Amino acid sequence: MKAVIEAEAVGKTYGRGDGEVGLHRLSLELEQGRVLALLGPNGAGKTTAVRGLSTLLRFDRGNARVAGYDVSAQPKQVRQRIALVGQSAAVDEQLTAIQNLVLFARLRGLDRSAAMRRAQELTGQFGLTEAATRAVQGFSGGMRRRLDVAASMIVRPHVLFVDEPTTGLDPAARRDLWRALRSLVADGTAILLTTQYLEEADSLADDIILLDRGYAVAQGSADHLKSMVGPPVIQLHFQDEADAHRAIPLLQDVDPSATLDDTRTTITLHAEAENLTRSVQVLAGIVLPTEVTMRKPSLDEVFLTLTGHDTQAAEEKSA
Amino acid sequence: MTTTSTAHRAPVVAAPGLFTAAWIIAGRTIGSWRSQLGAVVIVWLFPVFVTLLFLGLFGGALQVPEGTTYVDFLIPGMLAVTMLFGLETTTLTAAADAARGVNDRFRTFPINAASIVLGRCMADTISSLVSLAAMVTFGLLIGWRTALSPGSALAAIALLLLLRFSLLWIGLYVGYGASVESVAYVQVLVWPIAFFSSVFVNPASMPAWLGTIAEFNPVSATATAVRELLGETAWPTISVAGEFALGLALIWPLLLTATFLPLKARRFRNGGQ
Repeated sequence: MKAVIEAEAVGKTYGRGDGEVGLHRLSLELEQGRVLALLGPNGAGKTTAVRGLSTLLRFDRGNARVAGYDVSAQPKQVRQRIALVGQSAAVDEQLTAIQNLVLFARLRGLDRSAAMRRAQELTGQFGLTEAATRAVQGFSGGMRRRLDVAASMIVRPHVLFVDEPTTGLDPAARRDLWRALRSLVADGTAILLTTQYLEEADSLADDIILLDRGYAVAQGSADHLKSMVGPPVIQLHFQDEADAHRAIPLLQDVDPSATLDDTRTTITLHAEAENLTRSVQVLAGIVLPTEVTMRKPSLDEVFLTLTGHDTQAAEEKSA
Repeated sequence: MTTTSTAHRAPVVAAPGLFTAAWIIAGRTIGSWRSQLGAVVIVWLFPVFVTLLFLGLFGGALQVPEGTTYVDFLIPGMLAVTMLFGLETTTLTAAADAARGVNDRFRTFPINAASIVLGRCMADTISSLVSLAAMVTFGLLIGWRTALSPGSALAAIALLLLLRFSLLWIGLYVGYGASVESVAYVQVLVWPIAFFSSVFVNPASMPAWLGTIAEFNPVSATATAVRELLGETAWPTISVAGEFALGLALIWPLLLTATFLPLKARRFRNGGQ
């Protein structure tokens, strides 16, 4: 597979002297048709990374090549091969969906009639046919965002940068947008995505880089990151402490690692099918759990484990 | 999703050149006027409303030289103020574009970055010309008598647009700097700049120190220069700025442009808006 982004120790410090560090040294690689998520709270350096790689700002250290061209030496060649969907919908409120798309298409070099054709194709493709001739100011957040993504696909880019695509969207609109982004990936477009939502990174990205205050603290697939905080577990919840105490020796025969957690009523075992069926057998007729749950470590826990604080706390600190 | 016939992997077509791109970007603003015509017309006619207000308030109370009227004094000054009011339009639209990320999107296009600013410049100049035309028409309707010759009229328009051009850079610099507060400052500051000038009253009638400041005001320079070009009766002046208004009407805009254009360009290069 061909790498469409290769960044080596890129970074940016804002201001003069001992200014605020936006991004320390980030290295990453993105291949065609893959999705890479930069995950972290506000102030983690995600947007700085995207702005640098999309030629909107100059990194002051490191090298980066996008679509085969150096971002600082050949920005024009890079711009011909990328598209950016920024944090807010960069469309004109007073213009219709079609007018917005025609405008962007003409700036990409399409003539009037080709621009119009492409605008109509894109409104169809992104579920905006009915709204195509209405002014954007009446659009919902989700429609605006889809129009925004449509605008970035006028000429299909090698790399699509998407900065926090679903911030402020309701769950249905979020799922619609995810579907739209996935279909672009299926067409071979590589996406570099930033997000504050662990669920979003988990759902869309092949690879995740966890950023915290300008540092990349972990990198890998969602599963790899989750395995860093331990394997999935089965949890048996009991009525009260007495029940849990009666169950624990029986369950330790099933799985020696079975432990009673801090609540004193929940017992945790390794998540294996055999453990589940045997637990039911040994407990039958003696003491039954009120609830059985299966828990996979979430990316939230990964973040907490790796940074020592949760995403909310990091956000408050950076604010 | 289907891959359609005109969907290509970039690049297939050359991006438009500087002026084509600028004109497309200007067209975006001009196109948006149609759907908010009411608001745009109010902006265009705002100088006319202000003129009506001042004629009503001061029209009868002010001493004017023999053989002239307050209307003859006020209208050329209001033409300069019309340019000043344009600063608000530039700042507001620039701030709105910056906040919505419109500039970021344009800047990731393979077009010359200067075309983004040039497009803004074209749209705002057209807007100011419409406002200017409304002001002149209104002035003539209420009895503004002026000795218009094509040459002097063109020179006056050139001076007015030169002032507008220099204000554009302030508007873009402040607007793209883009905190909502800074936009509010511009909206408030426009008023004292308009009042402490030779537009509404003759600076010679103010206390000497204030009159001197007023005559050095860039808006006064353009207002007085336009009056001279249009052959209005000369009013007494109190400082060297009043004497050489025509020169100052050239120097001020060039100075403002020379200050704010590089500031804006530097911020643009450093990855700001």
